[in-house]
Amino acid sequence: MTAATVEAPKAPEAENRRIAPVSWKSAVTLGVVTALFAVLLLVAPHAGDARFALSTSGDFFIIPVIVVPAMGTAWGCLVLAALAAVGAGLFTARGLRTPAWVPGVAAFAILLGFLSWAAAGSPRDLSIVGLLSGAVLLSVPLVYGALGGVLSERAGIVNIAIEGQLLAGAFTAAIVGSLTDSPYAGALAAVLAGMLVSLVLGLFTITYHVNQVIVGVVLNVLVIGLTSFLYSQVLVPDAATLNTTTRFPRVGIPLLENIPVIGPVLFDQTIIVYLMFVAVGLVWFALFRTRWGLRVRAVGEHPLAADTVGIDVVRTRYNALLWAGAVAGLGGAFYTVVSLSQFNREMTAGAGFIALAAVIFGKWHPVRAALAGLLFGFASNLQSVLSVVGSPVPSQFMLMVPYVVTILAVAGLVGRSRPPAAEGIPYVKG
Amino acid sequence: MRLELRGITKRFGALVANDHIDLVVEPGEIHCLLGENGAGKSTLMNVLYGLYTADEGEILLDDAVQSFSGPGDAMAAGIGMVHQHFMLVPVFTVAENVMLGHEQVKGGGVLDLDAARARVREISARFGFHVDPDAVVEDLPVGVQQRVEIIKALSRDADVLVFDEPTAVLTPQETDELMGIMRQLRDDGAAIVFITHKLREVREVADKISVVRLGKIVGEASPTATDAELASLMVGRAVSLTVHKDAPVVAETGLTVDNLVVTSETGAVLVDDVSFDVRGGEVLVVAGVQGNGQTELTEALIGLQPNVTGSILLDGKELAGRSVREVLDAGVGFVPEDRTHDGLVGEFTIAENLMLDRADGPPFVRKGALQLAERDRFAREKVAEFDVRTQGIEAAVGRLSGGNQQKVVLARELSRDLRLFVAAQPTRGVDVGSIEFIHKRIVATRDAGVPVVVVSTELDEAVALADRIMVMYRGRVVGIVPATTPRDVLGLMMAGILPQDAEGGAA
Repeated sequence: MTAATVEAPKAPEAENRRIAPVSWKSAVTLGVVTALFAVLLLVAPHAGDARFALSTSGDFFIIPVIVVPAMGTAWGCLVLAALAAVGAGLFTARGLRTPAWVPGVAAFAILLGFLSWAAAGSPRDLSIVGLLSGAVLLSVPLVYGALGGVLSERAGIVNIAIEGQLLAGAFTAAIVGSLTDSPYAGALAAVLAGMLVSLVLGLFTITYHVNQVIVGVVLNVLVIGLTSFLYSQVLVPDAATLNTTTRFPRVGIPLLENIPVIGPVLFDQTIIVYLMFVAVGLVWFALFRTRWGLRVRAVGEHPLAADTVGIDVVRTRYNALLWAGAVAGLGGAFYTVVSLSQFNREMTAGAGFIALAAVIFGKWHPVRAALAGLLFGFASNLQSVLSVVGSPVPSQFMLMVPYVVTILAVAGLVGRSRPPAAEGIPYVKG
Repeated sequence: MRLELRGITKRFGALVANDHIDLVVEPGEIHCLLGENGAGKSTLMNVLYGLYTADEGEILLDDAVQSFSGPGDAMAAGIGMVHQHFMLVPVFTVAENVMLGHEQVKGGGVLDLDAARARVREISARFGFHVDPDAVVEDLPVGVQQRVEIIKALSRDADVLVFDEPTAVLTPQETDELMGIMRQLRDDGAAIVFITHKLREVREVADKISVVRLGKIVGEASPTATDAELASLMVGRAVSLTVHKDAPVVAETGLTVDNLVVTSETGAVLVDDVSFDVRGGEVLVVAGVQGNGQTELTEALIGLQPNVTGSILLDGKELAGRSVREVLDAGVGFVPEDRTHDGLVGEFTIAENLMLDRADGPPFVRKGALQLAERDRFAREKVAEFDVRTQGIEAAVGRLSGGNQQKVVLARELSRDLRLFVAAQPTRGVDVGSIEFIHKRIVATRDAGVPVVVVSTELDEAVALADRIMVMYRGRVVGIVPATTPRDVLGLMMAGILPQDAEGGAA
């Protein structure tokens, strides 16, 4: 072989040529949404002023209520959204990627316009603080659930059982919290209950290689059935001792809680909410900066490769799955020791599935999944705030909002996302 | 470190994959395990690496008996392996892959990535690899990925290194470089086991050769043995390594491909403006290292690729944009690259697989009902004609050997009235005896006046079968050259160097 020793002729290009795929998706989506909004304004104009309250009476700084003419604001917002849609179209036509701020501006404009339209003529103020702080509160189980989903799916286990983990957590927290009269004991019990659900999931999917989706669905049904049965047979007859919890108190953070708008939204919450923000950071750090996380991600992407470098795939998957259950179980405690002080039948109402959607929308990344959880929480709260203001939209439609947002987000806006490569595939050793 | 295997036996059910294998590899020696696909070489190495547990026998390192319950133990004992299918996590960086499983950590389990980067750079420098520790593995060319595998083994101070079919994905030049690396490692005192079925490589680099056939060591050979001697040891009988074919009788019409572009969903151009023609009665071999657009090219010809522009004219009829059914009906026979996934339904019988492409009408289906007698008559005829070694036509195709499976695919595709025959990697994973047969049938198809396109990554096969060779690199055609072009020129072309430059470079 002389070829290797002679002077190499000029090096060829090392990469394939690329043709950037032209996607009109975001431009078209923005255009359609803007058009729908315009139709709404034309068909159902809504005269009067809209009143936005940026602070509540107990706040340190009082900001006066902002009063704007509703239709004028709405049309102004519509123009802004239309400009954003055209802008997205121009970017796409030139073969450029639409920058993220364009749909961001459009979404904000449509939201503001819609709020003005909905609140027009109402004698009550629309409380922005209430809207946002309620959103944070409603997103708590979603964010915890999504973090649990990220943890287990990164290790290669599809976690359909988030719903069951939340519900088991809520149920156990109610009983233990009531018996001990301590929300802390309740939260701890919820963690253990979530881990128990994970353990069962792991036993069937990791050890016995049963289809992960089926086991997850069956576990959800099992937890729903079990908690409903115990609720009616045990909790209801003896509600005073078994189903009356003390809730976590709100703890304001000094100084920070006095910041207008942000203060009451973020820094006057219960410890479970603060813990949620800490958990997002911790999960991110653990997954991407530690030995534990590297191994978890390795068994989720390529378990055989992990095995060939001496990593125990089965143990690593159990480990991640148990953490996932602990986090999701803690999210379940929100229902019975933060939000309400008692357990009700099927009180999670599908939050686990919305959390699952947040995992996908967040592309299996803890921070993005948490943001998706916050978005879905916001959509839920929009519905309740607008019904307080007396919005003209029938309440049944408003109840659909969080679910419609979820579907749109996961189906249309998520873009290309790639789940962990070995997700859903049992690891069977040669 | 001295490696010794004593009486290793591994059974899978009734199949004895390794039958009392004895093997000694001394430090500072390249010991070659030569054998056909399925002879049991990889099973043996998986036993050595702790992935499988041997039913009998023992593994000794420096005369101490080892017991491995997993790859972790084997690595701790100093055995490193470069796997045939790379054991790398595609979305991780080089440094993350190298450190995985023996991560250095700062306090609290926090990864010490700087230490891992330094280790990669140090080993890279020692062997002249140019590997960026922060590159993401899936973005790297396969040749570089293989170096990452080697770095991974070396970073654990392996004294015994196993290379399992390492050259399958490399260009001839990369193969030569790998041989150089293996010699360098040997001179450093490593004991090297080199598993392959390619005779040329064996003679070039081996210090000792053990030949494996049907799970047994059937003999040792010296590196000076001829190809024919090695091949007959490997197969168990004398084989012909050349393909006999007469000068082509070329027809006027055939396949004309113009400006064919195939794009992936993410926008990568997989086949980049490819134009060529093949006339009836000639074989065009598409050569190149695996993964340079050959798969996508053949899939585009058959109508399996979604994003295709350009034109595919067969006897003046446009095939681009047609459905697979229409393409098949136009008289195109297709042997897919991965026969177990795309060519056959493993759980179906031979008879069912043979009629799979004609389940939409007579003679096998009438009034919506299968014609079982006709199906079985056809199957028996084809099994005899194509020499498929089987218990009967009711046997599940998945149970057959690779060579016999490929004969079933070939029988099905060649039994229609063909205007074009496309065969992707027709002899991959096929025993030498079947290769002879498959080559003969391909030449017979050409002699019947059909244009034939064969994709091959094996230079020997390309040269043996082709009337003309088209070399592809990164989706583009580097050149279309006569089959008489020297090997080293073809090798340089496979690395993307234009034929006129390649001839200068190889001269």
